[in-house]
Amino acid sequence: MLDSLLDGLGIAGTSPEMLALFVGFGLVVGVLFGFFGMGGSFLVTPALLMLDYEPSVAVGSGMAFVFGTAVIATLKHHDLGQVDYKLGAIMITGTTIGIEAGRASVYYLESLGLAGGIISVAYVVLLGGVGAMVTRDALNGDGGGGIDHEAADKDLSEYEVPEIAKTIQRTVRIPPMVTLRGDVRVSAWVITAVAFATGLLSGFLGVGGGFIRMPAMIYAIGVPVPVAVGTDLFEIVFSGGLGSYLYGQGGGVNLGIVVPLLFGSALGARVGSAATAVVDADGIKIYFGGMLLIGALAVGIGEIGSYIGSPTLELLGLVLVIGAAVVVAVAILYTTISSLRVKSHGRTTTAD
Amino acid sequence: MAGLAVPTWDPETAVLIGTILLEAIVLYVGYGGLERLFGPRLMKLLIGGDADAR
Repeated sequence: MLDSLLDGLGIAGTSPEMLALFVGFGLVVGVLFGFFGMGGSFLVTPALLMLDYEPSVAVGSGMAFVFGTAVIATLKHHDLGQVDYKLGAIMITGTTIGIEAGRASVYYLESLGLAGGIISVAYVVLLGGVGAMVTRDALNGDGGGGIDHEAADKDLSEYEVPEIAKTIQRTVRIPPMVTLRGDVRVSAWVITAVAFATGLLSGFLGVGGGFIRMPAMIYAIGVPVPVAVGTDLFEIVFSGGLGSYLYGQGGGVNLGIVVPLLFGSALGARVGSAATAVVDADGIKIYFGGMLLIGALAVGIGEIGSYIGSPTLELLGLVLVIGAAVVVAVAILYTTISSLRVKSHGRTTTAD
Repeated sequence: MAGLAVPTWDPETAVLIGTILLEAIVLYVGYGGLERLFGPRLMKLLIGGDADAR
């Protein structure tokens, strides 16, 4: 009975070692996602590409994983009242068309035999670019990258609209104009353009796109940070669900990958999220930036290894991408437990 | 496959995506319950002593 169920779900085809690897990797990705509010998911697709999965399976399964993660995170943000359903509904259309255009590009490039190489290069540029930005901000003490947990706790009325968003709201006044939470009034076309661009990226790379969409919602549309976070996740539930469905129709979603990844990441996300209450995220952001840069290097090495037919370089790339994520996740856990012990010791001493 | 595709009803794919949705909801509820049940005990084990330190 159990065998037939697992077989039906496609899990029986995955070896126990791979299942354990995916659960463990999911745990690591979940800790990173829960702590930084972004970032874990875009390590999954390159890792699957390095494990020699077909590009459509790597991207499709990566997207299905993002969908599952977004469902769990949206349930939490819904409870906190941080979802603007009107903004989410408008964005769904643009993102859906963008995802479908990105997905069609993957299949087209796959038919030319170019998909793996081009997706890897796009990842090198993306991981390297975001990694450099986060590292620079962390070194400057700007606290850039990921969710600003303090800002996320502020009241919506305390939030100030960035200058660039005010300029866009003043200059682009193509009807229909919509009013969003936090008294933001913006053209529906601006929202659709942001949604399409980020959807294209999601469909092409199998990522949620939150690390682009969240800053875009804050700086181009002008919504408050907590609403941007909650609405982004709500929107990913629909766009990720549809994208996964379309990839699934083409045989691109492998439950033997997605189920164990999600099993590990749901637990890791709880741990990572709880850790934000104890540890200052800014202190660890430099490691996060470093991890993304190493990820970019790893994808590059893996791709060169694949191009020249060197299994050693391919293995080195895989070890680097997983190793960098593991090191940052362990750093978060270690710092959290150390901080808890210090606090606990301090209270005991004070009580004495 | 190069053109844009309109999603069509496919029961097998719907079950596939439904399985992921169901797993996500079960994990959200299940891990939440486990956290309430074993969280304090785990905290006590990790920080060695006062479980109310949080």
